[in-house]
Amino acid sequence: MSDLKTARPHNAPSVSEPELSGHAVDFNSYLRRCVYVFVAVLCSVSLMLWASYLPQAHFDWPLKVKLILAVACGNAFLVAGFLMHLISEKKMIYTVLAFTVFFAAAMMWLTLYAMQDFPAGTTH
Amino acid sequence: MDIPYVVQPRPDTGIYNAKAGIWLFLASEVMLFGGLFSAYVLLRVGADPGTWPHGWQNVTLGTINTLVLALSAVTTLLAWVACKVRQFGKFKFFHACTLLLALTFLCIKLFEYHDHLTHYEIQLTDGRIADGHMMENNPNEDYVLIDGRYVERETDLIDLRAQKDIREAEIKIPRAQIKDMESYGPWHNDYLALYFTLTGLHALHILAGGIVIGYLWGPGRKLWKTEPEHFTNRVEVSGLFWHFVDLVWIFLFPVLYLT
Repeated sequence: MSDLKTARPHNAPSVSEPELSGHAVDFNSYLRRCVYVFVAVLCSVSLMLWASYLPQAHFDWPLKVKLILAVACGNAFLVAGFLMHLISEKKMIYTVLAFTVFFAAAMMWLTLYAMQDFPAGTTH
Repeated sequence: MDIPYVVQPRPDTGIYNAKAGIWLFLASEVMLFGGLFSAYVLLRVGADPGTWPHGWQNVTLGTINTLVLALSAVTTLLAWVACKVRQFGKFKFFHACTLLLALTFLCIKLFEYHDHLTHYEIQLTDGRIADGHMMENNPNEDYVLIDGRYVERETDLIDLRAQKDIREAEIKIPRAQIKDMESYGPWHNDYLALYFTLTGLHALHILAGGIVIGYLWGPGRKLWKTEPEHFTNRVEVSGLFWHFVDLVWIFLFPVLYLT
């Protein structure tokens, strides 16, 4: 979660009680954003459910899996981007994530690659 | 000795230390769950055609749990925003909501586990299979009672989505007719082994996150009176972990329940 724009810098001394009301607008705008994200998540879950019940005769499982995972990725982007504030984070966090994505993707790829790489005559 | 950079950002990273720490921890968590997802891909892609189960999970409960976690992610964020704007009452309310939602998630998950562990596949001596939930299994009686159905082949139990009208009834099976009997636990097949491993590990994360959130909501809130910014940062770090747990479920739900 990145720095929230409030009227007071983080390192400033604590504000007195009457001043607190000045922050109400910030909270409400955040609440509105959360509602939008939650509605979008609801829509994406509905879309995944719809895709999973598409008739088997026209949509086989590999196609359905791709469609559902694409929607799940969109859903994950919403959560990571807006709730974890990854759309506006510091460079250090992006660097950590870039390495993570690289190694996670390599692990997935190596797993699939290994499936095709049995020595001749191997049975499993 | 004071621990440095618990509130102020470090000049070199631009963020406070705990935030850098939680992102590094989350990176290791991605690799942990990534390894298990790799195992899932390996076993699923390698399975013989028509042998991978479909429709074995209760989609309604899975959907409810998805929405419960999504809502808890929102309440966690709002708890942090409430701290930022110095409204401690709202923080307490939203964090209490998160705790209740976490508890709801775990209760539903336990119900699902119970449902699987009381579901039996019973191989009979005449070659048929009885499949259903165990109602009575007293070792002193010479029969078992299940709420289920008979099928001719094991393949009839694989794709439940394709079967429109499954009729179940109370079935009394004499023990003498039972060749083998096994519940739908992690030992039953690859799919259920992955299901229990992935969701079990995820549930442990929910439990751990719930304990941390509960601590911040309860005894840990004393810090708010003396160092509100430090407390707010703790709430942010716990929130990041909670969002990650939500992210994992966003992929677990379609992979295990819908496909």
